[in-house]
Amino acid sequence: MPLIEMNKVVKRYGDLEILKGLDMNVDQHQVVCLIGPSGCGKSTLLRCINGLETIEGGEIRLHGDRVTGPGVDLNALRRDIGIVFQSFNLFPHMTVLENVILAPVRVLKMPRAEAEERAMTLLQRIGLEAKAKEYPDRLSGGQQQRVAIVRALAMEPLVLLLDEITSALDPELVAEVLGIVRDLAQEGMTMLLATHEMGFARDVASKVCFLYGGVVHEEGPPEQIFGDPLQERTRSFLTKIISAGRL
Amino acid sequence: MTGPLANQQTDRSDLWRNPVPPNPGTSLALLALAIALGVAAATFRVIAAIEEVMTQSKVESAVIHWALWIAGAVSVLLFIPAYRSFTAARRAQAAIASSKLVDARVESAAARNFALITMGYAVSVVLVLSIGLFIIANDVAVGKTFIFIPLIFSSFGLVIRAFWTNVYIFCIGEVLVLVWGLVVAIARLIPGDAGRPIRLIATAYTDVFRGLPAIITIYLVGFGLPLTGLPVIRDFAPEWYAILALTLTYGAYVAEVYRSGIESIHWSQTAAARSLGLSFGQTLRYVVVPQAVRRIIPPLLNDFISLQKDTALVNVIGAIDAFNQAKIIASNHFNLSSVTTVAFLFVLITIPQTRMVDRLIARDQRRMRAGG
Repeated sequence: MPLIEMNKVVKRYGDLEILKGLDMNVDQHQVVCLIGPSGCGKSTLLRCINGLETIEGGEIRLHGDRVTGPGVDLNALRRDIGIVFQSFNLFPHMTVLENVILAPVRVLKMPRAEAEERAMTLLQRIGLEAKAKEYPDRLSGGQQQRVAIVRALAMEPLVLLLDEITSALDPELVAEVLGIVRDLAQEGMTMLLATHEMGFARDVASKVCFLYGGVVHEEGPPEQIFGDPLQERTRSFLTKIISAGRL
Repeated sequence: MTGPLANQQTDRSDLWRNPVPPNPGTSLALLALAIALGVAAATFRVIAAIEEVMTQSKVESAVIHWALWIAGAVSVLLFIPAYRSFTAARRAQAAIASSKLVDARVESAAARNFALITMGYAVSVVLVLSIGLFIIANDVAVGKTFIFIPLIFSSFGLVIRAFWTNVYIFCIGEVLVLVWGLVVAIARLIPGDAGRPIRLIATAYTDVFRGLPAIITIYLVGFGLPLTGLPVIRDFAPEWYAILALTLTYGAYVAEVYRSGIESIHWSQTAAARSLGLSFGQTLRYVVVPQAVRRIIPPLLNDFISLQKDTALVNVIGAIDAFNQAKIIASNHFNLSSVTTVAFLFVLITIPQTRMVDRLIARDQRRMRAGG
């Protein structure tokens, strides 16, 4: 059974229909990359999965349990689905360490000492243990985004959603963030990422989904999507990416 | 070079190759000198007039003498920038004569700058002088009415004791307003369909009490509630009716301050907190409110300053605050100097607070620019 199933998902903002009956599956330990033109609904899809947006039609299932519609415990759902945003969204009034332990302490009711210990282990892994007592505005964008990833990991989520996490970074900082994602992929973390980093997607993805017209227009292994796409739309999208020198 | 840009560029470049010498600023410097002279003369004329008034009314005060002569000396200081302006203008002329254009620009800029400094200070000296003249005009009528020193001294004790009533009202009022405002603000932010009627009532409350003049609220509460004969409430002291009325009025303002502070926190912060599994309440408690509090301190202090000043309105319901006490003294002596004391006291307590608000706002703006 897939970890996440999306069946005929419809999302509207007023008259504007973003997702038009989208079907997609994410298996455990899979890294699924969402690619597609701006405004095609990549971010919206991710935000629907963790309940930040409600959907107007269809359903989303986690381990077979329906997580859309009324009566769902969204706080419990979000405990198990981590998300990292394009703009980091660290809490500016808390130190790096406080950012990481907030949810384990307040949501999982973990003792503070234990949460701090685990947080320090995670920060060590990304080489930022020295910044634990700093406030986010003292960190570079790449460092902030790495902390945001660790903050999500501290909840030990079943799946990690990554919403264009390198789009707001200076080019030389992208590698340090993608390095962590690569490590997580090797460890078997299930991830669903919206990205414009095609080279990276080709490298780490187990599956690439091209979103177009509110549905998954084409999906397949990265070699096929990037090497020999079947659909005309996919082809023309990738041609534009290549002519911009981004693949 | 060919093309339409060619001719234009030659013309422009010629302007730089053969620059026009600057205006040395001599006329402005002379004007500054004339102004310095005129203002100094006027100052000494006014000083003489005040001295004369003092002799006539047999006031002998070494302090005032000294103050007057210091003021006179200060007006003479105007000659310093005026003179420097004049010498700079002379040097600019010399530089132009020997075709040192860069030196000429530097000196003429200095001449203009010093001339403008002279004028700026001259304007402030003139303003101070006119206040002095206003006070001694019509046989010191203004001075005797508003700042009759003997009455200020003799009534000072009574007024300052009554001023404690104001302090009492606004200290208790501010604490109550902080709590009550937060309650109303949260009521306005309760989410969902279930919260709609509560939101509506809270909105109606803020609309009504922000629209109602504070003096009317005080009047209705202070005279109305005793008439109702409700137990406990009818036995309140007038100060407590005042506290109640001001809490109702300023609770509405402060609720809006809280609300705007909470809403000013970008939704992405809420999204991040909710994504980690924090509930609506936890998100408010740990993420939104701690960030909002820093932003609301300046507008909150502004509202507190208004509240403090509005404690003077309680005289309409007969509470003996500083203003009411001063009015009684004023009508007994047919002189407003005791009211001046009250005015002075209010200014004295608000100035440090307004300065602090300014500094907090400046600090926040620096932080915003730093991108935090």
